[in-house]
Amino acid sequence: MSMQIKKSGLLRRAPENFLDAPLRQSITEQGLNDERRGFLRKSFAAATAALASGVAMARPGTVPEGDGDPLILNLQDHAKTLGNPVVMQAYGQPSKFEANLQRRQSPGLTRVPQASVSFAPLQGFFGIITPSGLHFERHHQGWIDIDPEQHRFMINGLVREAKVYNMDDLMRMPSVSRMHFIECGANSATEWGNVAVPTVQYTHGMLSCCEFTGVPLSVLLDDCGIDRKKARFVLAEGGDGSAMTRTIDIARAMDDVIVAYAMNGEMLRPENGYPLRLVVPGVQGVSWVKWLRRIEVGDQPWAAKDEAIHYIDLQLSGLHRQYTSVQECKSVITTPSGGQMLLEKGFHNITGLAWSGRGKVKRVDVSADGGRSWRTARLEGPVLGKCLTRFNIDWNWDGGPAILQSRAIDETGYVQPKINQLREVRGTKSIYHNNAIQSWKINEEGEVTNVQVA
Amino acid sequence: MYKWPELTMLTKAMTMLLLATASMAASADNYSGVGRAATPKEVAAWDIDVRPDFRGLPKGRGSVDQGQQIWDGKCASCHGTFGESNQVFTPIVGGTTKDDVKNGRVAALSGNSQPQRTTLMKVATVSTLWDYVNRAMPWNAPKTLSTDEVYAVTAYMLNMGGIVADDFVMSDENIAEVQKRMPNRLGMTEKHGLWQTSGKPDVKNTACMKDCAKEVKITSELPAFARNANGNPVEQNRNVGGVRGVDLNKAAVVKVSAPAAEEGLKLAKQYACIACHGIKDKVVGPGFAQIAAKYKGDTNAEASLSKKIKLGGSGAWGDIPMPPQGHVKDSEIKTMLDWIMRQ
Repeated sequence: MSMQIKKSGLLRRAPENFLDAPLRQSITEQGLNDERRGFLRKSFAAATAALASGVAMARPGTVPEGDGDPLILNLQDHAKTLGNPVVMQAYGQPSKFEANLQRRQSPGLTRVPQASVSFAPLQGFFGIITPSGLHFERHHQGWIDIDPEQHRFMINGLVREAKVYNMDDLMRMPSVSRMHFIECGANSATEWGNVAVPTVQYTHGMLSCCEFTGVPLSVLLDDCGIDRKKARFVLAEGGDGSAMTRTIDIARAMDDVIVAYAMNGEMLRPENGYPLRLVVPGVQGVSWVKWLRRIEVGDQPWAAKDEAIHYIDLQLSGLHRQYTSVQECKSVITTPSGGQMLLEKGFHNITGLAWSGRGKVKRVDVSADGGRSWRTARLEGPVLGKCLTRFNIDWNWDGGPAILQSRAIDETGYVQPKINQLREVRGTKSIYHNNAIQSWKINEEGEVTNVQVA
Repeated sequence: MYKWPELTMLTKAMTMLLLATASMAASADNYSGVGRAATPKEVAAWDIDVRPDFRGLPKGRGSVDQGQQIWDGKCASCHGTFGESNQVFTPIVGGTTKDDVKNGRVAALSGNSQPQRTTLMKVATVSTLWDYVNRAMPWNAPKTLSTDEVYAVTAYMLNMGGIVADDFVMSDENIAEVQKRMPNRLGMTEKHGLWQTSGKPDVKNTACMKDCAKEVKITSELPAFARNANGNPVEQNRNVGGVRGVDLNKAAVVKVSAPAAEEGLKLAKQYACIACHGIKDKVVGPGFAQIAAKYKGDTNAEASLSKKIKLGGSGAWGDIPMPPQGHVKDSEIKTMLDWIMRQ
């Protein structure tokens, strides 16, 4: 039996772990009285008995009892019955056992649900693609579901001919499919001054990554005969109530921006701009205008509400940085992360996500001692520009306290900064563009919490 | 040996391929039949944006007085009578001074000390206000204000901020003059590396690999009372894998039985607490539900609130003091607090 345990890489918990956390705390703080002593004696007796019989307190399935695991020895009902027919769910749904992985609002963050955010459950994601139904949401005046036959897209301004396209037109045109991350400029905003939220869903969950399909904006601008001499900026405008507008500089507009109608192999979800949104790779999500109705070509920036009142970054000098757009290189460990609990000592795969708005991720280093020493993690392919990159690294937890961190480096050589380095330059009130290294503390019980270190 | 028929077929195939290539090349230059010219009226209908240089601004006018009437009817319920409300949206008015209007920089923004920034403290361009009100307000009925109404509402907001006089009538002809009085008109900078992909980063870290720090000090941790503010992690994590969500319910939670709850309300009435505290909303002091929301998850709530009830206090919710309630028994305070914290 002990051989099997070794082979599976799982260790039994130390006997003191058989005590309740509150009891352990109470003994630590107040010492032993008769009541606690009695409790302790019984617990140790139980623990020793368990160890002796070899069944410990291990999780089901890790250590066989008697002849073995009843889940193997006894044929299960689902193996003895007829399963469900096809198209019982014409549009498939996740298993009912996955119901904990949901988009969530952060209580108290916003006061109006139509001008709010829901965070993606990064703690449960694998690989780099965000399932469409778990893509984070950010709406400025509620989300809408537009009949695609009724949707129109206009290009006007400094072009030879202002044009109108319907969805048929756009979907007939040459398309590209590209995988890109989208991150809200205010992702991790709560953490500028101090730790404020408990889990990676709330610290980093305004982040998603999908394959987007659509027409390159450059193709459409050329189709309208863009005035290449005069054009310096474009304005993107939404067709919803907020009619969201953002300025994009012409170099970027003619580079990799996509007028997208599809996401992850199907049409965009309504919450993500159905039937048309802008994809602006590497740039904060607010510029990825949803329910896109218009692009105007001009020669000056527009100072729209979300680039003149919000999405401006206050500096120590009292000046606001305007038109901050690029999401700089950043990473976060998603497992183990805040609010999670390691089940056992021994082997764990530390896994997380890294990204850069300036290109590809070149390297990710991981520390288990709060940044004193680092090891380089494995990058899983594909490693694409302005796209999430999954990293993994082996780790044996010895049961002692640890502080996990990840630090990404992009192809420009830029190294993800520490929170104190960001604060020194920008202060703590800039709200947006916090790309600091995230620290997760692990205590002796295996509980992971959000901390900041210096 | 060559077989002629095969070669002929190959040649044919190659010719076809060349033809195909030629026709593809021809089609890539224009998308025949795709899209159409926009009519001037279509462009006018959608091209509503107004730039900082007022390009796109339609002719029109509106007075502060007219603006106040529209404001009271359509805006004040969310933004407050004076644009100061922080209940539904962040405040629009407040935090600017006459000196700011003169200098073009809002002094309160410097030094990182301002807890709340209003719209008028931040916005540098009056066109932004006009454009946004025009395209997105009122909140539940966007784009329903007339051009003159947009001028009037914008004028009224600026008037509340002390930027234009009470008798001001704002129009396309004088808006450029208003721009010269915007309190934070010189408060923006584009000198940063976050505009362009090739921009220069402002923060530099190095990729040290070992002996990077002598000691690591934890500078910030989540306080105990905030642990359950975002829900219970066990319900937010998968039930299989190398980790589980922490179950905060396994920590001691005070459970109150129904009779105790009724007893709490009875005591609150008996001691006339409800003369000053609403069940939900503020009367003189905060509503019980507001107290519960503020102290939710705070493990010290019972101790600190008991003390406040016994000894009185002020400052936590405003300046109006709560008188000491030394005559209420400890056990009764506990019963009431159990009830209050469940509102």
